[in-house]
Parts: sequence; C-alpha cells; structure tokens
Amino acid sequence: MNKKIKKASRHTNQSEGLIFEKSSPGKRAFELPPLDVPVADPAKALGANHRRAGIDGFPEVSEIEVLRHFTRLSTWNYAIDLGMYPLGSCTMKYNPRVNEFIARLDGIATEHPYQPQELSQGCLKILRLLEKCLLEITGMDAITLQPAAGAHGEMTGLLLIRAYLQKQGNPRKRVLIPDSAHGTNPATAVIAGYEVENIKSESHGQIDVEKLRDQVTGDVAALMITNPSTLGIFEQRIPEIAEILHAKGALLYMDGANMNALTGVTRPGDLGVDVMHLNLHKTFSTPHGGGGPGAGPVAMKKILEPFRPLPILVEKEGGRLALEPVRPDSIGRVKAFAGNFGVLVRALAYILAYGPGVRQATEDAVLNANYIRKQLEGAYELPYSLPSMHEVVFSDAIQKKSGVSTMDIAKRLIDYGFHPYTTAFPLIVPGALMIEPTESESMEECDLFIDAMKAIAEEAATKPEIVKTAPHTTRVRRLDEVGAARKPILRWKPAAPQSEAAD
Amino acid sequence: MRYLPKSPAERQEMLAAIGAKSIEELFSSIPDRFRLRATLDIPGPYSEAEVIQYFKDRAAENSNGYTSFLGAGVYNHLRSVVTDAIIQRGEFLTSYTPYQAEITQGTLQAIFEFQTLMCQLTGQEVANASMYDGSTATTEAVLMAERLTGRQRVLVARSVHPEYREVLKTYAKNSGLRVEEIPFTASGTVDANALQAVVKDDVAAVVVQSPNFFGVIESYAPLVDVTHTAGAMFVVAIAEGVSLGLVRPPAEADIVAMEGQSFGLPPSYGGPFAGVIASRDRFVRQMPGRLAGQTTDSEGQRGFVLTLATREQHIRREKATSNICTNQALCALAATVHLTLLGKEGLREMAEQNLSKAQFALSELLKIPGVRRTFDAPFFNEFTVELPRSVKIVNGHLLRDKIIGPLALGTPYPQLTKHALVCVTETTTRAEIERFANAVKLALERPI
Amino acid sequence: MAYPKNYRYTKEHEWINVEGGLATIGITDYAQHELGDVVFVELPKPGAKIELGKSFGTVESVKAVSEIYAPAAGEVIEANGELQNTPEKINTDPHGAAWLIKVRLTNATELSGLMDASAYEAYIAASGKEASA
Repeated sequence: MNKKIKKASRHTNQSEGLIFEKSSPGKRAFELPPLDVPVADPAKALGANHRRAGIDGFPEVSEIEVLRHFTRLSTWNYAIDLGMYPLGSCTMKYNPRVNEFIARLDGIATEHPYQPQELSQGCLKILRLLEKCLLEITGMDAITLQPAAGAHGEMTGLLLIRAYLQKQGNPRKRVLIPDSAHGTNPATAVIAGYEVENIKSESHGQIDVEKLRDQVTGDVAALMITNPSTLGIFEQRIPEIAEILHAKGALLYMDGANMNALTGVTRPGDLGVDVMHLNLHKTFSTPHGGGGPGAGPVAMKKILEPFRPLPILVEKEGGRLALEPVRPDSIGRVKAFAGNFGVLVRALAYILAYGPGVRQATEDAVLNANYIRKQLEGAYELPYSLPSMHEVVFSDAIQKKSGVSTMDIAKRLIDYGFHPYTTAFPLIVPGALMIEPTESESMEECDLFIDAMKAIAEEAATKPEIVKTAPHTTRVRRLDEVGAARKPILRWKPAAPQSEAAD
Repeated sequence: MRYLPKSPAERQEMLAAIGAKSIEELFSSIPDRFRLRATLDIPGPYSEAEVIQYFKDRAAENSNGYTSFLGAGVYNHLRSVVTDAIIQRGEFLTSYTPYQAEITQGTLQAIFEFQTLMCQLTGQEVANASMYDGSTATTEAVLMAERLTGRQRVLVARSVHPEYREVLKTYAKNSGLRVEEIPFTASGTVDANALQAVVKDDVAAVVVQSPNFFGVIESYAPLVDVTHTAGAMFVVAIAEGVSLGLVRPPAEADIVAMEGQSFGLPPSYGGPFAGVIASRDRFVRQMPGRLAGQTTDSEGQRGFVLTLATREQHIRREKATSNICTNQALCALAATVHLTLLGKEGLREMAEQNLSKAQFALSELLKIPGVRRTFDAPFFNEFTVELPRSVKIVNGHLLRDKIIGPLALGTPYPQLTKHALVCVTETTTRAEIERFANAVKLALERPI
Repeated sequence: MAYPKNYRYTKEHEWINVEGGLATIGITDYAQHELGDVVFVELPKPGAKIELGKSFGTVESVKAVSEIYAPAAGEVIEANGELQNTPEKINTDPHGAAWLIKVRLTNATELSGLMDASAYEAYIAASGKEASA
C-alpha cells in the first residue's frame, strides 16, 4: 500500500441557490407530446370553483438548469460510493448497480398492483423466492414482505404478537425493552398499544438474565431484543432468555437491524426468537437513498402465521401464485398494495449474487470491525470488552479530558475524508463512537480510517481546538441548529423585502 | 465474490493483526450448538449476467405489451429520463439520512425544496420530508389529529381509498381510535348531511379524499365548516397528485396526506412511493417524520439541517409523534426532480391532458348501448361507469385484446357490482382509448 | 448564578417561590445549563391542574426533551407566554423573567419537603461530582 495516499483532498464545488431562486417565467424543462383528443375546458369540466389558477412560486427552469442544480447539490453529499461510511447500526454497504438496473426493467418497474394476477406471475415469483431465501437465512417458518421499513416491521411484529395473545384471551400490557435499544422500539410498542418497560443491561452490556426472570410477569407480552446488541455484542444467553419468556407465555421479538453479523452463521429461528424484522436497506444492500426507501419484512414462527398482514402470498394448484386479500385472523393491512416491491426486487438480486456465499460477507464484516477495534484500542476507550461482531463501540472518555467529545471527533473525521461513525448511541455508553465498517471496505480503506482516527486522537491530546471547531474543509461550517429549531424556516417563500438579508 | 474487496492474503493478514487464528474464532461468542454448519439452501451465486437474466425472465411473465386502464391510487405518467439519471447519482443513492449536516447539504437542500413544492401544491404551510406512502400518511395524519385534539373518534368517508381505510383500521385497533365511515351521495361525493348528523365534539378528524376513490372531486366548503364547528380536524387525502396542477388545493384543510407516486415514480407493483404530510405552521410540533430547516453556519452562509428532531423516536422514544425512522427520501428526491422538470406550465399541461383524455374516454364509452355514468360530479382523470354486464367478464374479454380493463368496484363496494373505475392519463393515446371502447362494446355484444 | 434564598428547590431542578397565595415555578440555572440552548417550552393552559411530582410540561433543547415536574399540587393561573417566542430567556434568566407558570397551591405544606438554596447548592455540587467521576 502506498503510505502517501491520504483519503481527503481539496476540490472545488459549485455554489448553488434554491431552484425557486433560478426560476424565470416561460422557461421549460419538459414538453409533452401534443394532445390527440379534443381539449376539455377545465372551467366547464371541473366547475369554476374547483379550478386552480396556477401554482404560486412553482419553478420555471430549463432542462440543463435542472440537471446542473441537482448535480451540484449531489457533490455536497458524502456517499458509500466515495468511501467508507462507518455509521454504526446503519450497515452502509456497497449498493450493487445491477440491482438498480433490474429494478427499472420494463415488466418490473411498470407493473400495476391491481393488474390481473395471471399477468403478475413474474412479480409474484420474485416475492416468493425472496420469501424462501429470507426464511432460510432467518430459520423462521413464515414471513410477510409488507412492511415498508424497519420501524414498520417492528410495528407489524408487535401487532402479530398482540393478535396471537389476544386469540389466547389476553393481549397483555407491557413490552420489555433494553436500555441499549433503538428509539424505534419503544416508539413502536406504544403504537401497538403497549406500555414500555425499559430494562437495564448488566455490567457487560448484556441482558441481565437473572433480573429478567423477575421482570417477566404474566402481563408481559414480549421482550424486544437487538442481537447482536447495539454494542455489537452477541447476546450469549438468548436461548435462555427465550425460555424465560416462553415459560410465562410471552414472546421474543428480535430487532434484526444487526443481521449483517449473523447471516449464514447462525439463525434467529434456531435461537428461540419468535418474530423478527429484517432491514433490507441494511443487511440486504438496498440503497439508503438519503433516508429511504427501505423494506422491513417480518419473519415469524408458525404460531404467528395466521395473523400475518394482508395480502398473503399463496401457492395455488399448478404452482400459480396469488395474493389473497382476506384472512380471518389477520392483523389487517399495514400498507397499501404489495409492499415496497422495488426494494424487495433489489434485495433478491443481492441475495442471488451471493447465493450461500453470503456467509463470506458476514465474515468480512466481522473481520473488518475486529481489525479496527484492535488497531484503535488504546487510542480510544473501549467501555465493554466482550468480543465484537460487526461493529465496535468506543467512548470518548480519553478525549473528554481535553474537552473533546465524540461529536467533535466525528466532525473532524470529515476533514480526513470519512463520513462520521454514529455518535452518542447507544445511550448506555456516554459519549459513544459506534463504528460499523461493513464487508464492503478493503484493508486499505480500513487502514486509512484507522490512521485518521489515530491522528484525531493525537490532535485531541495536543491541539484540541482544531478538533472542537471541525470540520474545516466542508462547504458549510458547523450549522446553527439552535437557531433552526427556535425559529423554524421549513420552506422557501418568495422574496419579501425583509427576507433579502438571508442570502 | 465481486462485491468483496479482499484477497485471501489480506484476510490472513488482518486476522493475524487481530491475533485470531481463524475467522471462526471471531464468532466464538455464538454458542457452538447454534452455529450453522450446513450451507444455506438459496440459489446462486449468480454472475451479473445471470442476475439480469433471472429478472428479465420474470419480467416476461408479467404484463408487457398490454394497455392498462387501471388507476385507483397508482398512476402511469410520463417521466423524464433526467429524473432517473439524477437519483442514480451515487452521492444521492448511496448516502444515509442527513444527520451529519456538513456533508449532506445536497440531500438536505433537496428535502427543503421538496417540502416547499409540497406546500405550494397543497396550499399548506409546512410539509415533512416524506412518509412511506399515501396510505400510511393518511393514518399518520389521523394520529396527528388525535394528538392535537385529544379525541379518539374518527370519521372517514367511504369514498377514501379502501386500502387507505384498511391501514387506518389496523393502526386504530390498538390505539383506542374509533373509526366510523361516512357514506357517499348519488353524485359520488361525501354525504354532507350524514356527516353533519354524526360529527360531534368527540371527533378528532374528518377524513375525505379528493379526487376520491371514484375519481370524483369533492367540494370542501360544506364539509369543512361542520368539521371545524365540532372542533375536529379536517384531513384531506390526495392519491392523484397530478390533479393539483388544475384542481384547487385543499387550502382549508388542517392536514393533507398525499401519495407522491404520480410525481415521477413508476408503479413498481405498488411501491416504493412517497407519502407526504402537509399542515399548518401551528401544528408542526405534532407532525410525524423528518423536517429539514434553513439556518446559517458559523460564517453566516445559508445551510440546512434536520430540525425539530425532539418530536422523533430517536430522541423522545416512547413519547415520539411516530415510530417512523426510515422514510422514502430517494422517492421524495425523484418527485422533487420530476416536479422541477415539469415546472409550473408542465404540470398544468399534464393535468389538462389527463382531464381531456378522461373526458374523451368517457364520451367514447357512453356511446356504447347500456353503458351509464355512475356519478355526475366532476372528475379528474378517473371516472366510474356502470356496465350492463359483470365487469370481470368484460375484463376477461379485454385481456384477449391485450387490454387490462378498469378496476371492478364490486369487491370494495358491494353495491357497485357492475361498476368499473376507469383511469386515463396523458400516457394513454387516442387510438388506445378507441380500441378500448370498441373492445368493451364487442365484449358486451357477445352472447353470455 | 446565585440561587435565591427565598425559593425552594426540587431534586428534579425546579424552583418554586410563594408570594401571597400564589406560587411561581421555574427551572434552575443548573437545569438550563445541563439542557443547553433551550429551543422550545410546552406549558399547561391556565385552569389546568398540576399534581405533586407529576410532569406538567417540557423544555426542549435541540437534541433533548426534559419533563418539568410539579413541586406542589395546584391550579395554573398563568403560563409565561413570552417563552413561546423567546425560549432562550430560560438560558439567560432562569430564576427571573423565564418563570414558567404561576399556580394557586392546593396544599402549601407540600413545600416543606423541598430544599432551600444552600441545601440545593450542596445537592448539585454532589451530583456534579458524580457526573464527572
């Protein structure tokens, strides 16, 4: 490796206003084919009071301006395509371009959810094969591909639990959630009609199994567990945890956000998990796209199958597939139509590219995390010493002594050419640095990251100001979040005299 | 494997650095008896060419070559290739939620522009960075109304998309919300008298859709007054956003829930789309989902950040306004690019073409003996007709002519058996409309 | 910032000051400091009842939300409307202009369990040590 290569370099990017500020009446970026039927008079067809005069402030620009506008904006973003994106818990891995290609094929992107099912067998076969692959990977019995994202999957999973318990006579009251959990877990439990009981982790960051025995009472519906936990540590006593719950008639929900540590290596179904969601936009590589879209399939044990959300994919005689809109015990619909199909297609393409070799991706992800952990131990404090899986959590305890926080280190990392890791999460680690490299990083990229992190640790000790005022190389400096929240400006408005000063 | 950037030697080198003898050792925290020994039973590995071939083969088993008259919440519209070119730029496609504002200004400014466009379209003051889709946005709008009013009874027009209503009922079941339905009149609009009779001071929200599921445009005036008099929130769902190029927006609504699919997103067998929630400034703290806001950096330059985040699950946890985290950002970006391309004139012209073509299609169908219009209220690009014969039988005949016929309304609305929901957009040619009308005529003339 | 001698303080960092039959409630300088820049305050409307030890509102910074707990039970007579537009006053004048609510107390004896200024100062000094340890 050439030691001289440094990740970041300076390059000029273009300034760009808001698209509304570039607008000028009469410019167009899109033309329609001429109308080939008689023109209907809107005032007559709609009635005068339904008719809209025009849309105030809507942009009027040309095609090249649109293209440049968004291209310029794009250059202000960091992306996986530019380098390592070590956001812990987010699994920012390579998004294969073939997946984008196949999702846009005629016959895939063009299909209408209400078209006859005999003309949708291709779509349904894709869904069927994805179901089978995900069931094999999770070791579960049944699955729904309906949920649109992880949190949506969590809700679906809890509704399944609720429906199952209800069918037995009592939906119960509470859901137990460890203090290390993602915020979506408690927020979801409330939507599913449960009270949240936060449970404390023991000193190694694992579930306190002895305490759990007392916490699981007859009114506990489920425990929501993330495995590996958000500390990147495998819950070693998970089979025992499942037994404790099952003995009291409660169920074990697993947040599959960290499935990138387990795929091909172990199966939640074998560990005693009753229901779990998968984040296809994490483990199965569908692009995050600046925040979505995702998909959050929910896999479950046989006992929950009758309650799956509608529609249900079934195999009919002769191998014909169909989506059935009715099931007596179903929790109902969680989303219109048949899931985020375009996302599901990409996930299947990803799985097919690996086949059973997907285990190698898991191994490389865990290898990278442990390599980074080993190299940064000492430079950063490791609050929990149990073995790491796909991500490692440090704390800023050493750097805090010179007044440098995890957020400062994160911002300084930008100057070194990396996206920051996840800051200040999980909540049980004060000043957390949560690093997830994923399998997509080469040894060279990992080494560059390690060098950068070590250099920042050095800076924090010797010249903390440069870290505390970072980033220094970005288009904008640290932004005034307090001002943004006190006097929110959430949309552009046509220039009024007093707003001129904003520019 | 082509996606993995490590040589066997590098793997060994890294293991040595860690001090591990084998990869297996790194998984030592997983109890031995739970380690998977067998190879996963899944197809692959596929080369890129094989991946493409698999999906081409599946695509060939779908509806290629058919002309469709389906709408019902998912619409075929023209899309510029520019939109896909932009959203496939890696800097947008492979970026995460913009929590680190300094290196995600591109996404943040685009969201700010999206929020602005949604406000302009809907006549509202604030819009969020997107929800999953129109159905979940409608549900979240109702939950927002529940928080704002502290009430739990919800009145939903039966002319709201049946699947949107089903999703609302799924969420409502466990949150204590009581959902009741308001009938429609013989014109296909919400029955204002029926609404007036049941809307009381225990109602959180009155939910209507416009154009409604039958394609009919609602008049808000008689509905909004009785709703507000009862102290309830007036929620308007919009499934066909292109209508806003020509139809007066629901400016008097308290919350608007919109499906953004019509703005540059392909039907894609039902998703991913982009839901929108727009509302009044004064209700912003009860809105779900992310919001981008304008601010300045330490040197006074304009910049954008995610703001009012204390509403959200990662901070407020069990007290959050919603559990939503992942949204539909890339779809929202597609909508932003698409609407910017269309611009003021393009969107109006597209809307006018939809209106003209739907009017033409209706007039062609009404020439067929026995075909009657179901509702007489104004419509945009969808309308319902009554056929003298089962819609499913007619549609069966149309398939032989490679036409996917209109949606049969009998399943969601048992009283509308023999009624069909016809959708025509700017993508439907005159020749296709004429061929369709002719095929319907022939199908009706066939002996049973 | 000095802690007024005539106020009483809670372990959750609220202060209460009783003058005549009316009590004024706010959050302490220590609380505003821990919270950071305040961006939003949510307060009950006049006429609302508050209950001892129960949350009656929230104070928000950019990335945190804190509940405000009632030091005593009573009926809200007035909420500080100024804070809607200038929440930053909580950072600059927490013991004065940035009072949160005025309350008619149900039972003034409830205050006897609260700390006086010197006890509160000792309390935060101790918890400060804990936090930095």
